[in-house]
Formats: sequence, C-alpha cells, structure tokens
Amino acid sequence: MMRGKSGRTHKFAESPVLQLALPAWRSRLVALILLASFGVLVGRSFYLQVVNNDFLQEKGESRYRRDLEISASRGKVTDRNGEVLAISTPMKSIWAIPVDAKLNSQQTQQLAKALDADPKEMARKLASDKGFVYLQRQVSPEVADRVAALKLPGIYQNKEYRRYYPTGDMTAHMVGFTGVDDKGLEGVELAFEKSLIGHAGSRSVIRDRRGQIVEDVGSIRPPQDGKDVRLALDSKIQYIAYSHLKQAVADNKAKAGGAVVIDAKSGEILALANWPTYNPNNREHLSGGQLRNRAVTDTFEPGSTLKPFTAALALENGKFRFDTAINTAPGRLTIGKATISDAHPHGVLTVAQVIQKSSNVGVAKMAATFSPQEMWEMFDAVGFGQTSRLGFPGEVPGRLRTWKTWRPIEQATMSYGHGISVSLMQLARAYTVFARDGELLPISLTRIDEGPVTGIPVFSPQTAREVRAMLEMAAGPGGTAPKAQVPGYRVAGKTGTAHKLEGGVYANKYVSSFVGFAPASDPRLIVAVLVDEPSAGKHYGGDVAGPVFSAVMGSALRTLGIPPDAHMTIAQAPTVASGQTASPQPRQVQPKEKL
Amino acid sequence: MLRSNMALLFFVVFCALGVVTSQHKARKLFQALEFEQERARQLDVEFGQLQLELSTWATHPRIEKIARERLKMNAPVAGRLLVASPREGVK
Repeated sequence: MMRGKSGRTHKFAESPVLQLALPAWRSRLVALILLASFGVLVGRSFYLQVVNNDFLQEKGESRYRRDLEISASRGKVTDRNGEVLAISTPMKSIWAIPVDAKLNSQQTQQLAKALDADPKEMARKLASDKGFVYLQRQVSPEVADRVAALKLPGIYQNKEYRRYYPTGDMTAHMVGFTGVDDKGLEGVELAFEKSLIGHAGSRSVIRDRRGQIVEDVGSIRPPQDGKDVRLALDSKIQYIAYSHLKQAVADNKAKAGGAVVIDAKSGEILALANWPTYNPNNREHLSGGQLRNRAVTDTFEPGSTLKPFTAALALENGKFRFDTAINTAPGRLTIGKATISDAHPHGVLTVAQVIQKSSNVGVAKMAATFSPQEMWEMFDAVGFGQTSRLGFPGEVPGRLRTWKTWRPIEQATMSYGHGISVSLMQLARAYTVFARDGELLPISLTRIDEGPVTGIPVFSPQTAREVRAMLEMAAGPGGTAPKAQVPGYRVAGKTGTAHKLEGGVYANKYVSSFVGFAPASDPRLIVAVLVDEPSAGKHYGGDVAGPVFSAVMGSALRTLGIPPDAHMTIAQAPTVASGQTASPQPRQVQPKEKL
Repeated sequence: MLRSNMALLFFVVFCALGVVTSQHKARKLFQALEFEQERARQLDVEFGQLQLELSTWATHPRIEKIARERLKMNAPVAGRLLVASPREGVK
C-alpha cells in the first residue's frame, strides 16, 4: 500500500491481521470433513470392488469377450429300419454390407464366378442402398471357402442348414418339408416340429489377436440337437405302394390316387403314398394338388367298403346270422320317394352273399332294422367323423351327421357308404376291427417298440370272424374283386365304387377303392387303395383298385417274410406271378408284363 | 535385510514367470482342444453327408432300375410259374 509512510514497522508474521483468534473447532471440522469424504471414497471403492464387482467385471470382459453361438442341427427323420428320409447338412449363406463392399469390377467378376452367378446381377445387388443383402443362400461349404479365399471387404458368411430328402417324391407327403429357415412346413416335419427342432447354444470366449479362441469365460450353454424321429414307415413297402399306385393312376388315366398300408398287429403306418406328388428337394412350381396328402386330408364317399360295418352291426344285434336269407329281388328298393338299386340284380342272398356280391338292396334291408342312434354309435366307434389323432397337418374328421337328423333313405344310403364321408386313413384304420377280432386299433406314425398294442373293442370276436369270412368271399371267386387275390395268401377285402358328388349332384365320375387285409388266417397287413376318377374305361373298385391291392399286398407280405397260408396258384389270373418269400426286387414297374 | 528382500524379489519374479508360462501352456492346450472339437464337428457333418449320399445311392427306384436294366434281372418266379399259369382259366 502506498498510503504515506508509516512510522511503525512490523514483521509480516506479527501482522495484527493474522492474529485472529479463531475457534479451535473450525480446524477440527475441516479435518473431519476431509476424513469423512475420504471414508466415502474408500467405501465406494469397497462397494465397487467387493460388494458389487460383477458390474465392472462385466464391463471389463465385454472389452475382450466375444459371444459365440453354437448352432444345433435339426433331427433326422428315418424309416423304421433307420434309413434316412430327411437330414440336415450345413451350408453357408453369403451376404454383404454394400457400403463396405467397395469392389472393383474385377473383384465383382471373381465373386460372381465363385458363386456361379450373373456378374451384372451381382453388381446390382452390391450397389443397393440397403444395409444388408444376401448374395446367395444355401451355398455348399466348398463354394463358401472359395469366396472366403478371395478376401473381399464387406462380404460375409453365415452358417445355415439345408434339408435333404434322399427318397424324394416317394415319401414326400409322409415326411413333408421345411422352409428356408429350417422350420417344418408340412407332414412329419411339421407334426414333430417340437422334437425335431434343435436349440442353439452359446458360449463366451476370449480371442487372441489372430482370432483364435484362447479361453472360455463365463458359462457355456450347450446346444441341444433336435431329436431324431423314427417313423413306422418301411421304405421298401412305401416304394412298393408308391410305384404300384403311380402305375395304376397312369393306366387308368385317373386324376389322383392314394394308398395306405397299416400293420394290423401294431397299428403302425407302414406306407402312405399319394399321387400326384412332388419332389421336396426342389419345390419350385408346386401346385396345391401335388402338395395335398390325400390319404389324410381328403374325404370321399366310401361306397361299398362300408357295407361290412353294416353287416357286422346286423350280426352283433343278433337280428341276422351269417346265413340268414335276404330277398334282394328285383334289385331295387324304394324308400320314400327314392329308389336304391343294385348294379346287378340278385335274387335271395344270404348275409354273407350280400357282402360278397355287394348288394345295396340287401345291406339297406339290414340297415332298416337298426335305429339311427345305434348305427351312428357304431360308425362313431370305428372312428368315422373324428380325426385319427395322428397330429398330421390338415387331418380331417370326415362327415358323419348326427343321427337325430337322419331320414330313413339317408340311413339306407349310409349303410352302403353314401351320405357319409371318410378319409382313406380312417377307412384303413376302421378295418382293424375285422382284422383283429373286433378291436379298433389306434394308429401310429412312429415306430412302436414296446409290446402288443391293445385296441378298443367294438364288435365281438365272433362277429369279426364271421365278417372276415364274408370279406374273404368277396375277394375270392364269385366275389366283386377276384383281381385282388394274392397268390399264396388268403385275402379278405371289400371293393368300393362311388359316384362323385359335384355341386350336390352325383356326377358320372367315380372313386374306386379297395380295402382289405391278409393273410386272412391271421391278418398282418391292412392295405387301402383309392383311385380318383379312373377314366380309361374301367371304374369298378375290383377292376381298378383291386389289382393295386393285390400287387402291394403280395410284395409287402413277401418283404416282411410272412408265411403263405394258401396255395401258390389261384383261381383267376393275377396281375403278377406268384412269388418266393425272398424276391430280390419288387416287380411292379411292369405289372402287366404277364398279361 | 537387503539379502532377504532380494531373495523375495527373485522369488516373486520366478513365480510371475511361472504364471506366464502355465497360462501360455493352458492356452496352447485349449487351442488344441478347440481344434479337435472342431474336427469332431466336421466329422459329424461329413458323417451326415455320407449318410445322405448312402441313402441317395440306395433309393429303391435306383436299385430296381439297375437290377432291371444293367443286371438284366427279372422276377425269377415269373418264368417258373408260366407252366402252371392259371391264365388259361381266364380265357
């Protein structure tokens, strides 16, 4: 300060200004505050390092840790003997981030060549303004390696799976197929989606500078591969059924066809074939008609194949016996305003002959003695009007109207299979009651390994045995389907020839069917065949579906090594010659070779 | 005092080098394990592909085609049955 000269001088330290007598507590307070904040810091660091250290640990790890997905494969579908019907194999998809992929024309050329694609198309994809484009999906691993070797910027690969179906069109409807994202879309692939699908796992790793994994950190979630599904299908029998059906549809210039083979002992579905079909490995240009699994999703009026059920109910009620005479003359029967008639008029027939000759009038007369309710209960008990619970997509219950609305004429037509609709699978299943002493068997898509299967009793064993004898007559000489006979085996079965309903009117189009089983002495296989709209002149079930049944049944029984229970020669010419038990190959490619 | 300090320092350095070496060895082994696991996966994939190939070669239509066309095989019983052929009964 320059305020004049002061007479007194002081040492700085003695400055009176500094000689304040501050209270002692202030310095202590400051020291305490400092100590306290230090304590807070220590506490915080203790909290971060010891109590809640996960958070920082994680932040630290995320700087060097990489999460990897471990892919899981979809389960296989195999036939009963382990033959592969559907299998997944890894492929690569090649994708690009167009912004990063600045390729010169030579590089584009190379890439297009490696992917076997059009260079212009490739350039167009790479020039797109999207953040992400697939260049090609489902590329084989070798091609993917070649692309990787080009070391192009902005081009990446992903692992994905492709499903292959080695048996192709033969088992297409049974196995179904998956979409590009490996999800089941049809058939068994969809029905068993839950067990087939795999669940990808994950792991966290530390990678070194060269990209190699050096350590696992954190927990590993192991991948769960999908479970394999072992079907009841026997691929050899499937092939037999498929090729015979295909031939029959071609020979009869038919619109479509279906065939089902069921093991009468276990209820396993050994074969399920449809025509037309498709190749599941190449699904371009698919039509709905090809995709339809007709044996399960389409219903039809079964016609005469339902007569044995009416006869069985008649026997069961005790109103008729095997040899009770029924007058079917003059081949016509008028109920109300409608008249039902036989294709060929017969005179007095026994119950057995009614089935053998397939007389509509005879069956309608039997049905007239039932109440609608008991007839409905019988149809319901053998599984009509309800799905077979296979879990197949699009399975239909068929149509069985409640008995309260039945008129007498309807009851009469239903007794011979009109005014009711069923699927081929239901019909084949219903025949287990005759093949198995009156028991209705549950049917299974998958192989059954545990002991004997029991069904639900519908008819008494006595009734079933009698109907079996009638069915054997129907498939024998003098019956409606002599062509269904199989050399070496006793066969029982029933033909069906039904007019098709079109717009509520019966058109001049037919559905020819045959359902039967063999060997009749101890039934092992049930075969049901359906040919839709045969138009090559023949339309009776015995002429169209009968020969298919015979060929399929004969080959299938020999394949399974079932001992013959009859002579090798039969009363009328079969379409194939008699077989040895170990025929080296199915011989259905030219079923007419001996005719 | 100094001597024991030096001894301890030496001991610490020795331990540190030991840790580094064992870590290195562990990583080497881990990589070997990874490699083998990858190989196992590859073999698994190859097995699947071979299975696929097997069933493609063994499809029934192909077997039948070869049996008929290349090996000239035929239903053996057909010829034998001609003698007792019941076709006469149809005519």
